[in-house]
Formats: sequence, C-alpha cells, structure tokens
Amino acid sequence: MGKQIPIVDYLVLDDGAPHLVAWEAVDTGALYFDRRNADAKGGGTEFRRKALATTGKLRSFTIVHRTVPGVPAPYISALVDLDGGGAVKANLVNLPPDPKNVKLGMPLELTTFVAGTDDDGTEAIAFAFQPAA
Amino acid sequence: MSGQDVWILGTHMTKFGRHGDKDLIDLASEAVLAALADAGVTIHDMEVLGAGSLFNAMAGVGQQLQKQIGQTGIPVYNVANACATGATALRTVLLTIKSGEADMGLAFGVEQMGKGGLLGAGGMGDRKRNTYAPSGRYGSVMQVEGLLGTGLMPGVFAQAGMEYAYEHGGVDFEQFAKVAEKNHAHSTLNPLAHYQKQFTLDEIMAAEMMSYPNTLLMCCPNTDGAAAVVLVGEEKLRTLSKEQQRRAVKVSASVLTTDPWTEHAQVQPDVNTLTRNAAKQAYETAGVSPQDLDLVELHDCFATAELIHYDNLMLCNPGEAGKFIDERGPWRDGQIPVNVSGGLISKGHPIGATGIANIYEVATHLRGEAGDRQIEGAKVGLTHVIGLGSACAVHVLEKAAV
Repeated sequence: MGKQIPIVDYLVLDDGAPHLVAWEAVDTGALYFDRRNADAKGGGTEFRRKALATTGKLRSFTIVHRTVPGVPAPYISALVDLDGGGAVKANLVNLPPDPKNVKLGMPLELTTFVAGTDDDGTEAIAFAFQPAA
Repeated sequence: MSGQDVWILGTHMTKFGRHGDKDLIDLASEAVLAALADAGVTIHDMEVLGAGSLFNAMAGVGQQLQKQIGQTGIPVYNVANACATGATALRTVLLTIKSGEADMGLAFGVEQMGKGGLLGAGGMGDRKRNTYAPSGRYGSVMQVEGLLGTGLMPGVFAQAGMEYAYEHGGVDFEQFAKVAEKNHAHSTLNPLAHYQKQFTLDEIMAAEMMSYPNTLLMCCPNTDGAAAVVLVGEEKLRTLSKEQQRRAVKVSASVLTTDPWTEHAQVQPDVNTLTRNAAKQAYETAGVSPQDLDLVELHDCFATAELIHYDNLMLCNPGEAGKFIDERGPWRDGQIPVNVSGGLISKGHPIGATGIANIYEVATHLRGEAGDRQIEGAKVGLTHVIGLGSACAVHVLEKAAV
C-alpha cells in the first residue's frame, strides 16, 4: 500500500482510529473544522484542537440524484450530530440510497474510503458515516 | 430608526423567462423606464440609484444603465448580497431617503442566468491537480462535492427541509410537494411568470428527482429578468399629484439581517435564525402581526425552503408548517396567501431581480392592480428573500393614506 493523505485536514488518520478533529474556541467552546481568524461566536482568538466522537445521530439528509460531472449518484448526503458535540456533513454509505432506508435520528458511525489516487500513488482518504453496528 | 417614512411611487418587472435576444442592460432599462413612467417621474427626478446584479457585481451595472437612459451624475451604489441583492439595492435607496440626503430614488435588480445548471458546487480544491496537497482553510486535497456530502443548492435546501422534519415531525415528501403544487397553480394567473403550467401532486412527486425530497418541479428555474422600484420620501410625496399619492404604497418596515452564529451552521447554512430575526424586527417596526397579512411573497427557491419559512415568518404555529400546507393555509384562497405570483418555483429566480420583483408583486396587489390574480382588498403584505452566506431581507408594505 502506498502513502495516504486525508481529504481534508480535519480528518485524522495517524493517531489511533480515524476520527475528526475541530478547532475549539477556548472562550465559548464553539467548534470549527476550518481555520478561523477569530471565534465567530465570541470573538476570542484562542483555539485548541479537540478530537470529536466517531459516533452520532442522523440530523438531516438528502439523496442527491443530479450532481456535478464525475460524482456517482444517487448518493446520500447527511448531517450528523456527533455524540459529545459537533456536527458534520458527509456521505451516508453502506445503505441503499432510498428514502425508506434512511431514518432521521438513526445512530451512525464513522468510516473511511479511498476518494482517489494521485499521480504519485498517494491515496486520498475521505470519511463517511454508516449505520452503527 | 428615525427619519421620514418612505413610499413606493412606481414599480415594474419584466416578463421573467429566457431573454436571449436582449442583453442585461436591455432588461434593466425596460424595468426602470416602466417603473419611472408608472411613478409619473423621470430619471432626472432621481437623486440616488441602487443597482443589483449578483453575477455582474463588478461590472458597474448602475453606471451602464445610466449610459442608456440618463447620465445625471447622481450617486450609484452597485450592490451584491447573494439572493438578497435586489432587496439590498432597494434598501440602500430607502436609507438614503431616510437619512435626508435624497427625496426620491430608484432601485433595480437584473440577472441573466441563461441555462445556468446547478449552482453551489464551486469553491474548494482543484480537480485537475495530480499531486495531492492540502490547500485552503479546510486543508482539502481535492474537490469535495459529492465526497463529503453536498453543497449544491437543491441538496442544501433539501437538508434544511429534512432538518425541520427531524425537529418537528409532521412533514414528509408529500407536504413539500404540496408547496410546488400550489405555486405552479398560482402561476397560471400570472402572465409575467417564467412558467404558467399547473401540475398535479402526483406529477410533481413523480418528476425527476434532483435531491430528495426536491424533484425538478420543486426547484426554481434559472431565469432572466429585471425589476425596478421608485421610492419617495413622505414629505416629497405630499407635494405630488393626488393620483400619485393615491397609488403610493408605504414601506412600513425594511429589515436586513445576516446569520448569527449557530452551532449547526458550520456545516449546513442556517436559513432559519436570520429569517426569524428579520421577521420579528419587521413585525415590530410595522406594528403588524402575521395575522394582519393579506399576502406574502417569500423565498421559495425550493419547495423545502418555502415550507420552513411558513414557520420562520410565523405564518403558522411553531412546528406546524406541514399542517399549514395540508390545510391549504398558503393557497390564494387560504388563511395567508403565499406566493400568489407563482413564487420562484414557477415565476423564476433571476437572482438580482428577485428581491425587487416580490416588492412589485405585493405593491401591485395593494394598489388593486393585479388583474386576474388580485387578492381582493389587500391592505398589508410582506416580502422575504434570503441568500446563502447569508443575508435576509424582509419588507412590510401597506396600503395607507399619505
């Protein structure tokens, strides 16, 4: 197996099981996946890294049929409330993309998949959620 | 805020649709010249100009218009504020009048969308890159659309609707589809709408699925069009003719909000909080309640969006948006008629024009000039637009004596 790289820098692959990490504003506890110049909630400029849970509940979803070229469809896009705080958007996988299979509030767990391979053979690893075991 | 009241003196919108034979300024000129004629004034009476065109935000559309219809040297504000662009142009003129710097001004919005396809995919990463390297604030190594959920508009607003279903229940595919059934039916009475075709609920639900639960017939089309409004301060209005005063419509509230920090908005735009905030401020400023409204034009970019805005604008009891549509509350013969123009879903959504076209619609009803689609005896109406990013504008208009 060649090298791997996370598709986004808030997915951690090299510190135990794959998980997400957020910037937590020290003053307010607000969580951000992207770099912020200051906390949009409270205005403070101090942040620390916070590891997020790999389990959560389905808050909302859509089943995308028409999309941009190169994206396989249909697929389920999901909003997930993570246990212990934080919310994230990702694909919902290992579940046929039919509304009858998707239940709001259903328990989910994080999984990963290979999103692509570059010319150096490096694999981009993406995260997704699947029904909790 | 203090300052004199501001009134609508004239307004116009072009037919919405595909106008490949015209350029952007043709459309803007048509709307503006007709709005000026409707107001009984000319460009030489205008002291300020607000211009809105989102996809031409850097093109100086206001000045381009002046070159075609009148270069009078007045200040021009070219504004861009997502789908609230037109409403923001209007508000810029309104504030200038309130401040006392002008007595009369003109705002217009215009857009040529063509067959624009799906909006909202761009932004992150470069699909052509062949060596992965993190870039941008998320450290992404590639375009993430479709890999980490969706940011395309039909999906974003589908997720907003399903989030409402999660929080309140009583809402399903069918309730969302009923919104589109209503708006397509309403559009058959509006000759200015892009589409004027009625569909059954079954046809809407069986149409091509774009992003569940939004089918093609539950999504607004990309549309070309323009709309314009002439605003006047109350003191100046008193000096104008009785006929101009009789047809004038009062702007009882003009509110613009952005999205305050909320937890879930980090991954899914929160279109609710800023709408609720704007509505609350608008009702307070105008001194009216939702039950006083004779009609509402709200931002139904997707059927899922309209449904949740029933609740955000407090047109129904909290959590009962599904019940509201089930009971036909927002139909033109219902409790509070919503989008009797056909809404964005059938009338179309030329982004820059939308926030003035809904003002045109409500003002025309309040004047009793809406023809076949007139809501009889309409005295008070509300307009709402929201653009992702986010920006929300709510206006309350009233038929009142000067």
